[in-house]
Amino acid sequence: MKYLKYILIFLFLFDLNLLSANENNSHSKITKNLRCLICQGQSIHDSDSEFANSIKILVSKKLNDGFSEDQIYIFLKEKYGEWILYDPGYNKNTYFLWLLPLLMFIIGGAIILKRFIIKKN
Amino acid sequence: MKTKIFFSVAIISSLIIFFVLFKGLQNTNIYTPQVDVKKDIPYFEAKIFDSDIVKNSNEIFQKENFYLLNIWSSWCAPCRYEHPILLKLKDQVNLEIIGLNYKDNIINAKKFLKELNSPYRLILSDENGIIAIEWGAYGVPETFLIHNKRIIKRYVGPLNMNSIIEIKKFIE
Repeated sequence: MKYLKYILIFLFLFDLNLLSANENNSHSKITKNLRCLICQGQSIHDSDSEFANSIKILVSKKLNDGFSEDQIYIFLKEKYGEWILYDPGYNKNTYFLWLLPLLMFIIGGAIILKRFIIKKN
Repeated sequence: MKTKIFFSVAIISSLIIFFVLFKGLQNTNIYTPQVDVKKDIPYFEAKIFDSDIVKNSNEIFQKENFYLLNIWSSWCAPCRYEHPILLKLKDQVNLEIIGLNYKDNIINAKKFLKELNSPYRLILSDENGIIAIEWGAYGVPETFLIHNKRIIKRYVGPLNMNSIIEIKKFIE
């Protein structure tokens, strides 16, 4: 009986806490990547507006329903457009944004190669 | 020759960068909702205002006539402003006005309706704002004109006399 008490205390301490910590992690990760549409320059996670609070409740609900992170983004993108996401995906408006650094890297590499390595030889 | 080429490339690239940034300046960085989106109404379940009965969107939007879904709240001042306009649309034959009470205190909402009269045939309650998100709404008031289970027009902000004329044109 004495041991049972210790075992129960041990289980209560180490069982439930881990689960809720995981949920909070994905919840805050998702809400940090969502833009608050009525309070400019703030994420849903940081904002305390009515709109942001509703989205937070919605994200928790969707996570409980078994939605994945991407499915939640797709759901909200369909409702509010690309603007609600801080991390824009590939589309015709963002090709330039995504490819420019790569292009600059290649051109820069070519210049360095031409200037220093080929000249040296 | 080499400096000439370098000089012209530098000028051209700075001009390109200037125009890209200049064009970017004119883009608004405030969220502007699309008003003319024609899409199907979302599926949702909602409690009827001041009761425990739950109805889903298929039960609410059954008939082929026009529906006006109005998101309102007693704490929202522009809702008070647009209320007389909704009352004017109340008697339209083929238009049913449905209210979605957004994040409201039920006692205040009842007072609001008692004071200003209710234009709604049915009021749904959205206690935590999730149903408004299903509709893609981002504040109160917001109004959707629905026909054949499709959104045909969206009004962000309070309705005005011009919107009445437009809605009447749609439903005639």
